[in-house]
Amino acid sequence: MSARLDVKKTYKLYIDGEFPRSESGRSYVVADAKGGFLANASQASRKDARDAVRAARSAFGGWSGRTAYNRGQVVYRIAEVLESRRDQFEAELRSSEGVTPAKARTFVDAAIDRLVWYAGWADKIAQVVGGANPVAGPYFNHSAPEPSGVIAIIAPAGPLLGLVSVVAPVITTGNTCVVIASEPHPLTAITLAEVMATSDLPGGVVNVLTGSVAEIAPWLASHSDVNGIDLTGVTDPGLGRTLEEAAAENLKRVRRPGLEDLLATPALDRMTKFLETKTVWHPMGL
Amino acid sequence: MTTLKATAPPVGPDRLAAFADATASESALRRFLHGLPGVDQVGAEQRAAALGTRSIKTTAKAFALDLAITMVDLTTLEGMDTHGKVKALCAKAMHPDPTDPGCPSTAAVCVYPDMVATAKRALGSSGVHVAAVATAFPSGRAALDIKLADTADAVEAGADEIDMVIDRGAFLSGRYLEVFEEIVAVRAACARPDGGHAHLKVIFETGELQTYDNVRRASWLAMMAGAHFIKTSTGKVQPAATLPVTMIMLEAVRDFREATGQMVGVKPAGGIRHSKDAIKYLVTVNEIAGEDWLDPDWFRFGASTLLNDLLMQRSKIKTGHYSGPDYVTLD
Repeated sequence: MSARLDVKKTYKLYIDGEFPRSESGRSYVVADAKGGFLANASQASRKDARDAVRAARSAFGGWSGRTAYNRGQVVYRIAEVLESRRDQFEAELRSSEGVTPAKARTFVDAAIDRLVWYAGWADKIAQVVGGANPVAGPYFNHSAPEPSGVIAIIAPAGPLLGLVSVVAPVITTGNTCVVIASEPHPLTAITLAEVMATSDLPGGVVNVLTGSVAEIAPWLASHSDVNGIDLTGVTDPGLGRTLEEAAAENLKRVRRPGLEDLLATPALDRMTKFLETKTVWHPMGL
Repeated sequence: MTTLKATAPPVGPDRLAAFADATASESALRRFLHGLPGVDQVGAEQRAAALGTRSIKTTAKAFALDLAITMVDLTTLEGMDTHGKVKALCAKAMHPDPTDPGCPSTAAVCVYPDMVATAKRALGSSGVHVAAVATAFPSGRAALDIKLADTADAVEAGADEIDMVIDRGAFLSGRYLEVFEEIVAVRAACARPDGGHAHLKVIFETGELQTYDNVRRASWLAMMAGAHFIKTSTGKVQPAATLPVTMIMLEAVRDFREATGQMVGVKPAGGIRHSKDAIKYLVTVNEIAGEDWLDPDWFRFGASTLLNDLLMQRSKIKTGHYSGPDYVTLD
């Protein structure tokens, strides 16, 4: 009997709840921690980015219209499904980044905990950052946070925890997003997309692109139908500056943090950055 | 900006005379229509799909987008249409992109007959035509005299073009002569007192015709009866316009010109929402019927949301970055 051949997985993009190849037909080689061949990943083009934005835009109405409580449930469900596939993620982290088994477990634990933490915030953030404002007149005056819309995210390295840390706060508050996964380690991001595709998250809420950040990010930064951009994963200061300038064209909300410790408990600013405050005046006593 | 020709192309009694034999009786007409070569369904779909893979880029794309805008019949056919909405639509038809004076206007606006006067007033002398759907649109289920009154009413209100629906029930049960005579009668009702003539577009509702053979037969039937344009659908039935159906109609107008020397226009309507689709249709027009049809006098798109996508693509070419629906009107 002949030896069994390994079935090699093709890693594709995640757009509108489906896993298409890049429209351009390109792919690139992803190396493992020792520099050997690990797998091929799709190399997304600007048209994939455009399709992803279109998907995110059409998903926005339904997702932002859900109750905060329901969005929290869905994010919690991602954590549940991730928990049940933790062995796979630990193995992927070990092979792609060469971390020790203990370190891999720490990262997966942190990613799951982060999802649960943000899921809890879904129906509480409005009470914390919104409020009833005392005004000098016979009016009720309320402020409530509202999602901005479609957010482009350049994910940091650290494929699992990095991706969860930037995506979870954005979708928890009702935004939809287009994420460019870490360029050297895109595979875990696509595996995480498989988790999201099977955990009640509607198609188009999260769209994951793999490929060259320098190629795709400028198209997202200048896209008029993108309302915010998170530059956490941009390491080249020149590129960061160009992206910020392009984003200014239609007044996108821009987040460009310094170095962050992803394992530490995050501040609220990842959520509040992509929220807008709506204030309404109600006459009293009518 | 392309201005449309004010006079109707030379169709009329001479065309009817040319086909007097074929349309002399029910049986002669059936013999003629069933004598048309059948459509190879698999081949037609494959050919249409192949034409859809052409890559149109840069300057050719810019030209195609502007041409497509000039071919749009900007349509609103809803029960909830108001005079205000029709006026807004007319403003958009005249200046699709108010920020760019170089943006061409659309060919026409397409409305229900009771909105014709409003549209006519709003469009003034801009050169944008008013098309009215008539003859008990969209079902076509009314007595002939009501259909004719509907048509005459729209023409009197100033409609430049009449979009009529055929009686699909009669067509599918093989009463071809009845359909033929109805088209001839509606065409007569398109006459204006000043001796002019509103253009007649004949809608087949191809989604209800079941087979490609029927589409080819309906095309010939309408052309013989004097249609200026043949149109796929009302937009109220799914599937509406498809590329293979439009291709078969383009083949019919091409063959008709070969037989008679007269040109007939084609208008796919409904379901064309993206610039990419519109460009596929233009490629098909060029390949099947020929360059002569790449003109708003001979090819139109019945659409509403398509125009916004064309404008967004146009702005992408002009500015170098992607535009979004926040920058075009909601309609």
